[in-house]
Amino acid sequence: MSAAVERAGAAPPLTTRTALAIVVPHLAGHAVVCANGFISRWAFAAGDRESHFYMIGSMGLASSIGLGIATARPGAAVAVLDGDGNVLMNLGALASIAAAAPPRFRHVVLDNGAYASTGNQPTISRRVALEAIAAAAGYARVARVRDRAGLEHALAEHLDSTGPTFLLVETAVDEGPPAPRIPFSPPEMTARFRSAVGASVAPSETR
Amino acid sequence: MTAAVDVATGHARADQLVDALRNAGIDFFTGVPCSLVGPVIAALEPLGYVAETREDAALGLAAGAALAGRRPLVLMQNSGFGVSLNALGSLQILYELPCLLLVTWRGRGGKDAPEHLVMGRAMPAILDAIGIPWRELGADAIAADVAWARARLDAAPGAVALVVPPGLFA
Repeated sequence: MSAAVERAGAAPPLTTRTALAIVVPHLAGHAVVCANGFISRWAFAAGDRESHFYMIGSMGLASSIGLGIATARPGAAVAVLDGDGNVLMNLGALASIAAAAPPRFRHVVLDNGAYASTGNQPTISRRVALEAIAAAAGYARVARVRDRAGLEHALAEHLDSTGPTFLLVETAVDEGPPAPRIPFSPPEMTARFRSAVGASVAPSETR
Repeated sequence: MTAAVDVATGHARADQLVDALRNAGIDFFTGVPCSLVGPVIAALEPLGYVAETREDAALGLAAGAALAGRRPLVLMQNSGFGVSLNALGSLQILYELPCLLLVTWRGRGGKDAPEHLVMGRAMPAILDAIGIPWRELGADAIAADVAWARARLDAAPGAVALVVPPGLFA
């Protein structure tokens, strides 16, 4: 066992999959951006909605995409389901989100300490507190949780607070059968998300 | 850089560009600065230009805006175009999200600071290789070039680039 894991104590009781199964049902009415990799796939398995945008590439940019939606639609409820590897790849987004301060922006980070979809190589998130970086950047509220009760309590609190909020969930790596793949093509995901958020723009409409 | 354009002309051309963008329905503006488009950024600031921290983050922002129904512009130096390739390939192009790129051409013709020479030489071939339609913005064709870009975005949603030579705006 590594020193970092020893410092963190026992393995977290939640996995990314079980944490998303708790979070996703609470996000009705939100535009939800799901980071690439297993986060998108487990979020899909937890309950698909047309207002979910599933990334299959552009790692790191879920937070920026969410900020773009929130900037284009001031006041819209936007949730970003992100991972530790993703956040570490685009730390500048934490500054951009804090600077823009969209009031209904919910950043939820499933922190399993690993690049799960490439074989669980460790990230550095067990040694770097990502929620402390978000707090320092200027997020209105941050929390770190590691069990079901803590997650349910903090999530309810965050969804009811002025944002941007940042909720880090310590999770264990999922074992067992892999998450199902998203069955939609990328252009299909674009079309259904736009339709769900009422943003459909045919080329001829707004000239 | 060889360019020299007087300040008044540069600002007048920037105003022409912004008028053309608005006429083309481009309504969301973000990016990372380059000195060659300084007057353009100044003209976009009253329209809500969002200063981003990296070019690929700006493309993420633009993708979100496009998902929310906007037609975004992302401006950048061609050094940042290098940073942008994965986002362009796996976000804008893959998901068919319209995005007008305004990319400056540092290193054009091999005349610039050394850090710009490799990308200055390679950029046209890279744009072609990843399938981004592009045009060099002409001083006498600003409105026509923007209209061309809009038509390309309508025909095939994804990324289209207008490349800014030294001396056009600054």
